[in-house]
Amino acid sequence: MSTTTAPAAPKESLFSKKNRKLITDPLDDNNPITVQVLGICSALAITVKLENALVMSASVLFVMLAGNVVISLLRNMIPSRIRIIVQLVVVAGLVIIVDNVLKAYVYDVAKQVGVYVGLIITNCIIMGRFEAFAMGNKPGPSALDAFGNAMGYAWILVAVAFFRELLGSGSLFGIPVLGDAVEKTGLYALGYVNNNMMILPPMALVIVGIIIWIQRSRNTKLIEQA
Amino acid sequence: MNLINIFVKAIFIENMIFAYFLGMCSYLAVSKTVKTGVGLGAAVIFVLVVTVPVNYLLENFVLKAGALKWMDASLAGVDLSFLSFIMFIAVVASIVQLVEMVVEKFAPALYGALGIFLPLIAVNCSILGGALFMQERQYSNIAEATSFALGSGVGWFLAIVAIAAIREKLRYSHIPAPLRGLGITYIVTGLMGIAFMAFMGIKI
Repeated sequence: MSTTTAPAAPKESLFSKKNRKLITDPLDDNNPITVQVLGICSALAITVKLENALVMSASVLFVMLAGNVVISLLRNMIPSRIRIIVQLVVVAGLVIIVDNVLKAYVYDVAKQVGVYVGLIITNCIIMGRFEAFAMGNKPGPSALDAFGNAMGYAWILVAVAFFRELLGSGSLFGIPVLGDAVEKTGLYALGYVNNNMMILPPMALVIVGIIIWIQRSRNTKLIEQA
Repeated sequence: MNLINIFVKAIFIENMIFAYFLGMCSYLAVSKTVKTGVGLGAAVIFVLVVTVPVNYLLENFVLKAGALKWMDASLAGVDLSFLSFIMFIAVVASIVQLVEMVVEKFAPALYGALGIFLPLIAVNCSILGGALFMQERQYSNIAEATSFALGSGVGWFLAIVAIAAIREKLRYSHIPAPLRGLGITYIVTGLMGIAFMAFMGIKI
């Protein structure tokens, strides 16, 4: 970075309006999943359980935060012709770390999340942020941008997983909250049955569709022109 | 017989889109018309059929525990499998680069229509996913791996062409405004996924 030639920018406080926007924008107006349509594969596949959704979000947060900072530090050294390869190498290195940490500490979850941890490498949100933000900004804002986007990704994942686990297995974090399905206590005493459809993959798509519907009826500027 | 079994299974029962959601980003973005859908689908089939066998060889002769035995007996204890992500993605990225150059040379119109999505096949999860599933399922020889790759590609092709055709029709239907575009595409894909689950009970 050439700080000598560029005129010194006025120092920005960490929570200036611009920086706050970097975090809040991806939560709603520019959400990676519902608006930018990026990184959906993993978002849908691992949302059967809330626990998996949290582990996946944490992994993405780590990879994105570290990757964005690294790319932003290297941005003036990366030749633009081979930048995709450089970015892929950075992500792949970070994902290998995440994969090994998960296998070491939460083996059961790692087994369930399976190939989808490896697929963080091809998660388009991460590549998208590298391309759109980290290649042209300083490490500080890049970190904030990564945090905001990871959070925008995480809340959708957690919301989808919440409904799928609650309606599909009647539990949250593996703890039954609606009563016992076998002993017929709680809600089950009233004749409630778990909706097994929710466990199947296609229902994740329908739930995301409904989230988009709700979001866009509240935020009408996101409505697509036919 | 086993090859046909793997092939059909990969198309219908373990469909990349409807069962595993792999490659959804480009699936949603490029499926506005059937024409671009067919182009991208064909490119995905090609890249899968080339990369999965290459990665299969890499996995079995370099990365797996004890795979380096062929080089020297003293290397039998070496396990490089932690490197598989980075090796697989390197293979995928270079093959995509190759495909991009070939398409640009021989089908410039298609090249223009696909735009940014051609290089993005490198980050299409279905390609890396194909390699990772190949690793996880441990196919016993390269023919099985290729058959799986071809089946997955054809399944992906089928899915994107079907949704593109449906979206062309959807343009003329009355859909609640907030659901237009992306929202209804998700829900239709979900319904197609449910339809595809009917294949699950079939044994070949």
